[in-house]
Amino acid sequence: MLKVINLTVNGKAHELAVDDREALVDTLRNRLGLTSVKKGCEVGECGACTVLVNGEAMDSCIYLTVWAEGKNIMTVEGLKGPNGELSPIQKAFIEEAAVQCGFCTPGLIMTAVEIVGTGKKYNRDELRKLISGHLCRCTGYENILNAMERIVDETYKVVGK
Amino acid sequence: MYDIEKIYQAKDVPDAVRALAENPDAVVISGGSDVLIQIREGRLAGCSLVSIHNIAELKGIEMDKDGTILIRPATSFSHITNNDIIKKYIPVLGDAVDQVGSPQIRNIGTVGGNVCNGVTSADSASTLFALNAVLELTGENGTRQVPIGQFYKGPGKTVREHSEILTAIRITKDNYDGFGGHYIKYGKRNAMEIATLGCSVSVKLTPDKKAIEDLRLAYGVAAPTPMRCTETESAVKEMKISPELFEKVGKGALAEVNPRSSWRASKEFRLQLIEELGKRALKQAIINAGGTLDA
Repeated sequence: MLKVINLTVNGKAHELAVDDREALVDTLRNRLGLTSVKKGCEVGECGACTVLVNGEAMDSCIYLTVWAEGKNIMTVEGLKGPNGELSPIQKAFIEEAAVQCGFCTPGLIMTAVEIVGTGKKYNRDELRKLISGHLCRCTGYENILNAMERIVDETYKVVGK
Repeated sequence: MYDIEKIYQAKDVPDAVRALAENPDAVVISGGSDVLIQIREGRLAGCSLVSIHNIAELKGIEMDKDGTILIRPATSFSHITNNDIIKKYIPVLGDAVDQVGSPQIRNIGTVGGNVCNGVTSADSASTLFALNAVLELTGENGTRQVPIGQFYKGPGKTVREHSEILTAIRITKDNYDGFGGHYIKYGKRNAMEIATLGCSVSVKLTPDKKAIEDLRLAYGVAAPTPMRCTETESAVKEMKISPELFEKVGKGALAEVNPRSSWRASKEFRLQLIEELGKRALKQAIINAGGTLDA
């Protein structure tokens, strides 16, 4: 059944007619063209579809779009600067060569946004736990952790809690 | 797109109870991290859903005047772990639910769903057993209070009637004040794992911190439902903290549990885990309660 919902995606208000059986990942990809949100396992294990819902990282494949009524959704597309610049988190991923095939990257970036947003300092083991909801089949995670460490340290120097 | 016959989004608890009563086949969905996966797998394909996802009155944690901690069931695991009341008074519960799935799952999965699923491996369940949690069920005929020890009927089965909603989880002060607790989850990986075995211990020491005043020894996956080892608990009352105590707890637990072999682990391996994790969890719980192991 089609249902009209109102939600904010990357700062922009949308009124959408969606199927009430639809997962948020499909709405974002197919209705809004936000293809940074990747469809991987579709059962909440691989983390490729991770987006922020009201600031919290969630697997959008196991989130019904009708639940997003009135909520704030953020995807990687929402990170770009006024002139299309990459965010510091994305730059850290590039600097540390944390991207290979790139399929897991947008999800990991969104988790990084949540982690960095706490303003706390985390050691490598804590970061390992915090990214455990993402599967990467290329990098072996080392460079991803390097990028995470870099951005967490850089942020901590500025806003440190 | 999910294979769902229909979904009704309940506005509040009475609305959800009414919708469930009208739809005898409907399934309650809260966070969705179990139900949606079962739909995807086909086990619940084509089902009707009553969603309680966005009901604000089912979320949050507060403390009553008498010190009773009230956890509303649709509170997500991460909100429990990061809650100040939980951190201060029952950190063992925050630690236990911090071992569920992954960070994203902990942001969506709820403690109420974890309990209402009725599975023995639920990370929150053994700790709620150790804390003597009381569950409030709200149905067509009002509310009733069910101690968690009486909530489970069998694997995946609970005493919750079809049209009842879990509306509160309460832990009274006498069940956490002065206690130290510890939960150990055994799995083959550190994340995205279902417990092969879970052990939660809550312990209160005598005022001199040298002996056991009150012990709660709870397990998940040691039987068809989460359970307590009540005979062992009584047997070690007033025992001094000593190697004999740990032996008695480990061996005592073995006499009370009833694990099975599954593809995750054999019965024999689970028995070994039950004995060893009981001792290890107790040791850490004693330290958390202010005691020392060489007392």
